[in-house]
Amino acid sequence: MTFTLKQKSILPGFGLTLGFTVFYLSVIVLIPLAALFLKTSELSWHQFWHLVASPRALASYRLTFGASLIAALINLVCGVLVAWVVVRYKFPARGFFDSIVDLPFALPTAVAGISLTTLYAPNGWLGAPLMRLGVRAAYTPIGVTIALTFIGLPFVVRTVQPVLEDLDKELEEAAASLGAGRWRTFTRVLLPTILPAAITGFAMAFGRGVGEYGSVIFIAGNMPMHTEITSLLIVTKLQEFDYAGATAIAVAMLIVSFIFLLTINLLQVWSGRPRKASPADDEMIPRIDLRPAFGTQEAK
Amino acid sequence: MPPSSKPEHAAISAISEPAVVRWLLIAAAVLFLGIFLLFPLGVVFGTALQKGFAFYFHTFRDPDTISAIRLTLIAAGIAVPLNLIFGVSAAWLIGKFQFVGKGLLITLIDLPFSVSPVVSGLIYVLLFGLQGVLGPWFIDHDIRIVFAVPGIVLATIFVTFPFIARELLPMMQAQGNDEEEAALTLGASGWQTFRKVTLPNVKWALLYGVILCNARAMGEFGAVSVVSGHIRGLTDTMPLHVEILYNDYQFVAAFAVASLLALLALATLAIKSIVEWKSGRRLKDEPLYGRGAQA
Repeated sequence: MTFTLKQKSILPGFGLTLGFTVFYLSVIVLIPLAALFLKTSELSWHQFWHLVASPRALASYRLTFGASLIAALINLVCGVLVAWVVVRYKFPARGFFDSIVDLPFALPTAVAGISLTTLYAPNGWLGAPLMRLGVRAAYTPIGVTIALTFIGLPFVVRTVQPVLEDLDKELEEAAASLGAGRWRTFTRVLLPTILPAAITGFAMAFGRGVGEYGSVIFIAGNMPMHTEITSLLIVTKLQEFDYAGATAIAVAMLIVSFIFLLTINLLQVWSGRPRKASPADDEMIPRIDLRPAFGTQEAK
Repeated sequence: MPPSSKPEHAAISAISEPAVVRWLLIAAAVLFLGIFLLFPLGVVFGTALQKGFAFYFHTFRDPDTISAIRLTLIAAGIAVPLNLIFGVSAAWLIGKFQFVGKGLLITLIDLPFSVSPVVSGLIYVLLFGLQGVLGPWFIDHDIRIVFAVPGIVLATIFVTFPFIARELLPMMQAQGNDEEEAALTLGASGWQTFRKVTLPNVKWALLYGVILCNARAMGEFGAVSVVSGHIRGLTDTMPLHVEILYNDYQFVAAFAVASLLALLALATLAIKSIVEWKSGRRLKDEPLYGRGAQA
């Protein structure tokens, strides 16, 4: 049947790759995910709501979403700054700083977690000076925000960077020749151009923060109602063999992350692509794809 | 290789900032990156070597540490090749053929990116655990999946599932089918065409995808933590062992193991830079941050 729904091609391997891809996808992803929803369906709507909206769960959502939001806002501002500086200015070790931006992606979260905790502990390199200023970072919501800022750091930089690189110099020259100062050019010409990409990066950082676990649990202190993030609450419930509670909260989280995914995809449509990557790409649905693979190549 | 790196001297003043502003912005960006990236990195190596090299190397003689390293290598050693086969298969399918349901398939492949790590582990507990959907059957047949090595391998496969496919797909698509069709017309077999025509075109993307997949496979914490059961010397991977040592107040040992993972991360970044330089184009970081939400 599939063959009638497929354009003719002389390339071999359609049946084989389709079969294997769908089989592997089902075994690894679809069936396990279905188990989650199957487990949830054992609960009545009332039970589900009771578990998802318990005071302890609500407190964890407040912390998780609040800290993720603040961290994403910090990254929005600093990310645009870093992208700007790396693309526009020449300075010593620029290439190094450009590469190191990806560190939070590559560094295992547990390593980030213990390292940030040691750094911001009351006797740590940065924790001690902060204590003298009267700020306690580790084991408070501030610590959670710091960890989430670290984790979300590359998103805005990496979404804004290609847009800045592809930006036409003529646009700015036109603004300048029309008498606009640098600041005016930035706010009126440059900012509107990079804003969609920046917002997309912001949404990604926010989404990533909401689900983050490893880098946060060490620095958080993990006090129920106070410094307990939602991911940890799921783990705690599992360790107490409260499978229903863990499942219900997990489903709630999953739905939230799908909403994020949808929002980000819509944002991508809004931000559009600076340049068509390839004709084939047009047939694909909008997806997380901020750096058109061949954008820079074409620019050369 | 940003195109903007060659300023045209005449026009530069009108579309650039005064030197003072420039250096202030550079200083602010470097300070931000320094505090948030270099300090944590410094802490890892600083603490790991706090008691000297002898103590540092001594950590790696501990049997529990050795078994954690071994399990991490096993998990990555199974997950990466399987996801490589899947990645090549999915990229060939989606990149080379036009068929109904392609968009849906891509979305489903991306799914693991948007599932938080804890939930990724949880789904396997719900499937294979004692109270799980398939769990009782496996336990009756004396097959342990959750809280044992198979669970860890499955969770690792899940979290690294889309990496290689995602890296290869744009390359395969951009390449088009012309070269392959020419090869087939000239009498090459399907496998020859793939090996001699397609593979050389996508080799850098493939290499980078494998490296990313491997880095994530070795570093995964949340998902593996949920399915591991934390049995020392048996179901502890390196990141989990870091947690155990840290919670035991064996900070130096914890950071010593962590420093290996940090070196792996730095090597990954270095290879990425080299591959970008070699292939002359920017790589998509998508697999690393493409996770629409969560990690």
